[in-house]
Amino acid sequence: MADASGSNWRYRRRRILNVFNLTGSVIATGFGLFWLVWILWTTLSAGAAAIDWTLFTENTPAPGGRGGLANAIVGSLIMVGLATVIGTPIGIFAGTWLAEFGRKKPVAAVIRFINDILLSAPSIIMGLFVYELVVVTTRQFSGIAGALALAIILLPVVIRTTEEMLRLVPNSLREAALALGAPRWKVITLIAYRAALSGVLTGVLLGVARIAGETAPLLFTALNNQFWSTDITGPMANLPVVIFQFAMSPYAEWHTLAWAGALLITLSVLALSIIARTLLRQPKMD
Amino acid sequence: MQGGSVDGNSADAALTRQHWLDKSFYWVTASFAGLVLVLLVSILISLFVGGWQALTTFGPGFVVTDAWNPVSEEFGALVPIYGTLASSIIALAIAVPISLGIALFLTELAPDWLRRPVGTAIELLAAIPSIIYGMWGLFVFAPVLSEHVQPWLQDTFGDWAVIGALFQGPPIGIGMLPAGIILAIMIIPFIAAIMRDVFLTTPKFVKESAYAMGATTWEVVRHVVLPHTRVAVTGGIFLGLGRALGETMAVTFVIGNTHRLSVSLFEPGNSIASTLANEFTEAVGDLHTSSLIALGLVLFLITFVVLSIAKLLLMRLETKGGGRG
Repeated sequence: MADASGSNWRYRRRRILNVFNLTGSVIATGFGLFWLVWILWTTLSAGAAAIDWTLFTENTPAPGGRGGLANAIVGSLIMVGLATVIGTPIGIFAGTWLAEFGRKKPVAAVIRFINDILLSAPSIIMGLFVYELVVVTTRQFSGIAGALALAIILLPVVIRTTEEMLRLVPNSLREAALALGAPRWKVITLIAYRAALSGVLTGVLLGVARIAGETAPLLFTALNNQFWSTDITGPMANLPVVIFQFAMSPYAEWHTLAWAGALLITLSVLALSIIARTLLRQPKMD
Repeated sequence: MQGGSVDGNSADAALTRQHWLDKSFYWVTASFAGLVLVLLVSILISLFVGGWQALTTFGPGFVVTDAWNPVSEEFGALVPIYGTLASSIIALAIAVPISLGIALFLTELAPDWLRRPVGTAIELLAAIPSIIYGMWGLFVFAPVLSEHVQPWLQDTFGDWAVIGALFQGPPIGIGMLPAGIILAIMIIPFIAAIMRDVFLTTPKFVKESAYAMGATTWEVVRHVVLPHTRVAVTGGIFLGLGRALGETMAVTFVIGNTHRLSVSLFEPGNSIASTLANEFTEAVGDLHTSSLIALGLVLFLITFVVLSIAKLLLMRLETKGGGRG
């Protein structure tokens, strides 16, 4: 009898421990979701209250004044656009080499390794690098320097997804084309790219989402500009740095504008990530 | 050959042309891939060159000196290095158990229809730009922390022998603790996603054998899943650490930006990244700028080592998974 009650007790203890830890797991998940909801709710409510048309028609105001974010929105669009134009082709080609030619080469393994590290490396370091490379040499903060810093951050994302997506393309497709006498470059550009298109596009979108909100690399490259400017060789206004500057200031009007900017950035980044996800899901279905 | 038909010649020419195109395609893609290595080397060189003046002026003592005085031009990296490590360690202490819980929920507990939406929602946390975390931390989280959480922590643990020292100082919601908490929220999605993915690599039959022996869900995780994925889980934690070390904007908003060494988690401090973000464009004098770039070099080297360890640990799982087919 004593034996039975002993094992009963042990059994109860195991079950209690199980329930306790599983409850902890559910609470942990709730804890994670809680922050997401809280942060999104704050940004939505504070940002929505600050949104009106002058945001898109007027430039950033002087301290304490009223105004909009037009110059910063345009500056951000120009720099993110330029960075995408610079980073995407380089990333796609590099990813192509890794997937199509470098599968078993040791050099490719090294490149893959370094690329993964650059993917998670601090973005502020890329800002320092471009500062040394471009700003110091040209003696000028500039939009193009900002775009370059962003392109360097975008690059590893595109390289990695391009490689992964090309690897998913079945070899039988390539072999079929090669057997018909198609040269390698045609097999890759006409067959492999076409099969991996939505995946590669996802990579680009994820990369754009990543750089759209980046602030640190722009601090010492594009700097900021209080005025309207589309001249990429000079300092350029951009949403993240304006948000940073305005939020850290003591002026209530600037805070309001910072929240409006925060909402714009959050919405665009979330929209890009969600579009990228839906794109990625489609090829897996068929 | 001379007698070959016109057709044969043009076919030869077409072949040569395609061969040449193939070669150029190869080398164009290869050179862009090589650019990754060039990029890494150039980053290292440019940081060394930029930080050279500071490194030669202060020598190896740079990393263990706590002075940071632009007026007398004395610079040491100890305070920002300490702040970077301390905030990241707080972040890990919070994020690791939470991520483990989330991964456990997503792999063992949640019904199928719930897995994808919850997983996606957690991943969306990683998509929110860090400046948003910073603003939210400064305007929303800091007041809550200073009014409700910090006084409670002080009342509860303030008198304890050793731990008490961690909770001294003004409960202003700005400092090492809020920086660590916000970093934790930011790295949870990275660690949780990796843990979930590696948990799923545990062979089903091993888990089912354990269940068949009467093991509880927790026992299966603790004694089957975790031992099987230990290496990769550690890799995921290192990846989160690498992210936390270099995070800039969120930390800059809430860490307080003060060059002072302090045991208390309530006191403001500084991290390498936040020092750079705050001072770089306003640096006076070449030595100040150079010291900041040298700080950047220190940060890059630390994250490089941490991320390399992460990658190596995660790679061991990849090769293992490949071997199992």
